[in-house]
Amino acid sequence: MTSPYPILSILGIVIVALSIAAFLIWVERRLLALWQDRYGPNRTGPFGLLQVVADAIKMFMKEDWIPPFVDKPVFIVAPAIIFVTVLMSFAVLPVAPGIIVSDLNVGLLFFLAMSSLGVYSVVLAGWSSNNKYALVGGLRAAAQMLSYEVFMGLSLMGVVLLTGSFSLPAIVEAQRKIWFVIPQFPGFVLFLIAGLAETRRIPFDLPEAESELVAGYHSEYSGMKFGMFFVGEYMGVTLISSMIAVLFFGGWLGPVLPGLLWLLIKTFLFISFFVLVRAALPRPRFDQLMSWGWKVMLPLALANLLVTGAVILMWGKG
Amino acid sequence: MISILRTIWLVFLHAFQRRITVQYPEQKPYLAPRYRGRIVLTRDPDGGERCVACNLCAVACPVGCIALQATEDKTGRRLPEFFRINFSRCIFCGYCEEACPTYAIQLTPDFEMGEFQRKNLVYEKEHLLIDGPGKYPGYNFWRVAGVQIGGKDKGQAAHEEPPVDVHSLMP
Repeated sequence: MTSPYPILSILGIVIVALSIAAFLIWVERRLLALWQDRYGPNRTGPFGLLQVVADAIKMFMKEDWIPPFVDKPVFIVAPAIIFVTVLMSFAVLPVAPGIIVSDLNVGLLFFLAMSSLGVYSVVLAGWSSNNKYALVGGLRAAAQMLSYEVFMGLSLMGVVLLTGSFSLPAIVEAQRKIWFVIPQFPGFVLFLIAGLAETRRIPFDLPEAESELVAGYHSEYSGMKFGMFFVGEYMGVTLISSMIAVLFFGGWLGPVLPGLLWLLIKTFLFISFFVLVRAALPRPRFDQLMSWGWKVMLPLALANLLVTGAVILMWGKG
Repeated sequence: MISILRTIWLVFLHAFQRRITVQYPEQKPYLAPRYRGRIVLTRDPDGGERCVACNLCAVACPVGCIALQATEDKTGRRLPEFFRINFSRCIFCGYCEEACPTYAIQLTPDFEMGEFQRKNLVYEKEHLLIDGPGKYPGYNFWRVAGVQIGGKDKGQAAHEEPPVDVHSLMP
């Protein structure tokens, strides 16, 4: 079921996603400050809300410098890729009953595919920068994404088994009786961790790791190209948070309030959790990250899938 | 694993703690009385300048931002003809205050001296002189010093006995 006015919902979702991502710059700084007993930006406008505008103006005014030693076309294309792939993923996100850009019957697979493609942005940025820090950052990103992508997909298969469909609106509808976070709790935890790694946020920010790699894959970027990586990261956070809400917390389902608002509330809760994790946890060593992914998370995801499958086989669905 | 969850929980609890930021322009920070800020030249309780232009502060100054020229007034009191502190050089170390034998030069708890033009940071004597005695209210250098000045002869200073005529000292 697609919405009656597809153009409207496309525009609406793009604009809302972009403005949430921009708004997150302010939200993250204020929340981090709250948890570190500070105030954060509170001078520009009411509660510092205009900080977003100030940051945007600054970003546009900066010199858009392309170093002479970079691989120019790739260097320019790389930040656009992350933007495009994340925005494409929003196409399959069911915002409210009937409001979705494209109700693919393989929506979940499309989301996973798009988030895998996002890695290209980081790897290409690191490669084309022709800078050892950027290259190491890009390599780390590639390895990290590969290993966390695997169990990210597997952790969602439990949800798919319970629903019997890859379509995201169908997954939301299947949660009318009970949110999938209860029968699929291990899946939820695994997806949360994989999502953190997927968005390359602290504690999984090894690709940029400013204390080791200057700024990792975007060391050479400045001006709005850097801004696109920045906003792309925030859009990734929004996307993963809303995906958690859709897949495990019943998406638009909820009493009294309209569905759109419920999804926004749930999304915002998970965004806040992402920021909380950033405020609380340090970055692991790279080999720890890899061995965690392959030796702990992957077996857990497989076990979760196995148990879910066995239960469904024995007692049927639901 | 438990420790990670505990960390996240403890950080979350910080949401309910008082913020330690001092909202500066509206909310002033507490500055101790002996804070080393803007430098002033103080006066005796009777209103005279304390500075005797001994140049010790200028010598003690590690960045050489103090310049002065000594002179004498009609009563024989030494005082600076000009006294200039270049606050764009000053590092507020307080050595001048420690070197001063008359408690004339003192540092105050005030740091809000921002200027748009560098030359406005050069303070002359009239900018530096204040009306009060600063941190040492009772102290009056010329009343305890044995030097003879107009209105105070030898032997008239505090805790000082009149000079003895050595020719009257017979064995």
